[in-house]
Amino acid sequence: MASDEGQQHPLKIYWIMWIALFVLSGFSYATDFMDDGAVRTFLILTFMMLKAGGIVWIFMHMGWERLALKLAILGPPVAIGVLIWLMSYEGFYVEDNRHENLGESTFVPTEVHHGASKDEEAAH
Amino acid sequence: MSEAVMESGAAVEPDGTAGVVNDFARDKQVFGMPWGKAMMWIFLLSDTFIFSCFLVGYMSVRIATTDPWPNPSEVFGLTAFGYDVPLLLIAIMTFVLITSSGTMALAVNMGYRKNRKATFWLMVATAALGATFVGMQAFEWTKLIMEGVRPWENPFGAAQFGSSFFMITGFHGMHVSAGVIYLLVVANRVRNGFYERRGGNYEIVEIAGLYWHFVDLVWVFIFAFFYLW
Repeated sequence: MASDEGQQHPLKIYWIMWIALFVLSGFSYATDFMDDGAVRTFLILTFMMLKAGGIVWIFMHMGWERLALKLAILGPPVAIGVLIWLMSYEGFYVEDNRHENLGESTFVPTEVHHGASKDEEAAH
Repeated sequence: MSEAVMESGAAVEPDGTAGVVNDFARDKQVFGMPWGKAMMWIFLLSDTFIFSCFLVGYMSVRIATTDPWPNPSEVFGLTAFGYDVPLLLIAIMTFVLITSSGTMALAVNMGYRKNRKATFWLMVATAALGATFVGMQAFEWTKLIMEGVRPWENPFGAAQFGSSFFMITGFHGMHVSAGVIYLLVVANRVRNGFYERRGGNYEIVEIAGLYWHFVDLVWVFIFAFFYLW
């Protein structure tokens, strides 16, 4: 616990957390190869929260701090949830208004091109 | 908790709800930690709100635009060995930052063990990985700018893509750069015995570590919301 000696813990827990972060990041990256949808969104958020939780709890030692600090630091960010809700509501309202009053988008996207890949070379 | 507190000879204090009341009501240093560490936590809380505002702003403009949103998987893809690999550079940057978080966690641990040499080298390794991250980010920015991505327009879709991208990753990159300097300053003081002369207290390594882990933490959210979503 927090004391004059500071946060000192066995090295093992850091190694486990480190490996867990690598594995979870690998999973996060893997979601990019999935089709869009509710499952993918759920997995992105799950891996994100697991990684964030691990970093805060183990690497930043929050798990070993006093409850007063946990509440003081982790409590206020909950308010961000309200901001997310309000701004998404506002965002959809603005989008609807634009569709109604400004017409549909006429933007024609250019295809992303980073240089010749094998697929493209085969196509040519 | 009790062992550590009792070893240091201080009175055993309650944790839990009674501890919360006690901590906030006693009119002196709270949280049972040095003030520097408490202040770093409070700074990080304020920084959390700054990054949250950026990400919520990005969410808001992405919802509101009627233009198609560029597919980040393609925009940030790279062609490696003749194959298009989605998000390749971003994935490498993510792993570099996680590795640096690990070396930082070990540096904090070695600091408390008063192993100055290991602490110094682990902090230097952390800073080097951080600098690598910033370097790769500079490469990514250069590549996108050369492809025509600007804060006000881009050829792949909604103009808001560029503004959110440069704002969010730029601010994060600035945090990483500041962190590299901060780590090197502290590492140098660990090496030259500055903290040894001040009673051998290596709490500062943990405080620097908190900042560094926070930078990694923010990247976790940027990666999920900006690059994957």
